[in-house]
Amino acid sequence: MGNLRSVAKAFELLDTKVLITYNQKEISEASHLVLPGVGAFADGMANLKKYGLIDFLADQVLVKKKPILGICLGLQLMAKQSEEFGIHQGLGWLDAQVKAFDLKNYDLKVPHVGWNNIELVGHCPIFLGIKQNSAFYFVHSYHFVPNNLEIVSAKCNYGIDFVAAVWQKNIFATQFHPEKSQFLGLKILKNFLGVKGEKNG
Amino acid sequence: MVKTRIIPCLLLKNGRCVKGVNFTNHRDVGHPVTNAKIYEAQGADELIFLDIIANSKESLVLLDIVRQTADQCFMPLTVGGGIKTLNDIFQLLRAGADKVSINTAAVQNPEFITQATKKFGSQCIVVSIDYKKNQNGNLEVFIQSGNRATGLKPVDWAKKVQTLGAGEILLTNIDREGTRTGYDLETLRAVSEQLNIPVIANGGVGSMADLKRGILDGHAQAVSLASILHFTNQSVIKARDYLATSGLEVRVDDLNIQVSK
Repeated sequence: MGNLRSVAKAFELLDTKVLITYNQKEISEASHLVLPGVGAFADGMANLKKYGLIDFLADQVLVKKKPILGICLGLQLMAKQSEEFGIHQGLGWLDAQVKAFDLKNYDLKVPHVGWNNIELVGHCPIFLGIKQNSAFYFVHSYHFVPNNLEIVSAKCNYGIDFVAAVWQKNIFATQFHPEKSQFLGLKILKNFLGVKGEKNG
Repeated sequence: MVKTRIIPCLLLKNGRCVKGVNFTNHRDVGHPVTNAKIYEAQGADELIFLDIIANSKESLVLLDIVRQTADQCFMPLTVGGGIKTLNDIFQLLRAGADKVSINTAAVQNPEFITQATKKFGSQCIVVSIDYKKNQNGNLEVFIQSGNRATGLKPVDWAKKVQTLGAGEILLTNIDREGTRTGYDLETLRAVSEQLNIPVIANGGVGSMADLKRGILDGHAQAVSLASILHFTNQSVIKARDYLATSGLEVRVDDLNIQVSK
């Protein structure tokens, strides 16, 4: 569930063929996968389960090493668990938890909504050509807390520092919405398409 | 730090943009997709579509407008007007909306807000609050495009919808709407200070200084504007430049570079 249409249209603008699907055959034939999402965590996991995709996607991503881009909830679903509306298990591809923003000590509103600067960490290929401290669009109440900080490819600050993007082998994911971040966001999507999976050489 | 958002608010009627004063006397102000593309090119931070005719035929027109807009504009889009069911929300999100704005249904069935946030996440659910002075001179929340009184006070109702799970408030003073006399800063500040969720100021912007007051005096997290864009020579670009020059945090990246295929 989520804003699938915007993600699909953004990729189509980049002359890419896009399928919105839960069909395993179609997913296995794709060169790149995108796990978007606007919605609640439990509902997202329930949908993946309903369509029998949890083990299948794990095989595509962890075994076949297909490039995948998680967006917002898509990033969070890759974690081991989330505390949104109770404790829920995630896909567990990344060693991380999803936690609510605790900003009681700051005069800040939750959800974190709007454009915020990101600090790039390392040289993640999807950020090729993106300037340090560029602004992207965020809308979320929960944030991604990895146990291994080495997977963090971009940080953001909202009272506290939190994870704006991660990169682990063929797994890329952003807390912000590239498909809603105008031309800079489209650039990230274009960069992702340039990432080759191990199978594709 | 997160930037203050500048958000054009477009009222829709029969598939066209309209604008009036105090929720009446609407004039045609163009095609919604054309307007949306202009605001995107000017670097608006988000866009709000509010359909002012809530019926089943209109909702199909609205879905089509949302689809066309989301296909061409890669910016956040909030859509409201006549939303009553989870399926209404689902349809709008599937058409390309990122957030939905709920107004009348939130008052008539407050539990609906909670159901919607559980299903789609709080970040997706904006509650729109319209209010004006009633016959006794007190501020009161009105629903059904300002036609029906509710007995609710704006600040109390805002606190309630936060408790129910809403992720954001769109706050509109009907008495100011379309008048270009500035936001109702007192109510705006009261709501913003008592809530932990973001508040979008709406209704009454007549000058760039009104936007600044909404942020500095009204403590809004986002400023919405409409008439000034439709009927004067002001633009989102000028608004951003004015706020940036005033020392406020707004988005100032190079906004007009095109991505190549």
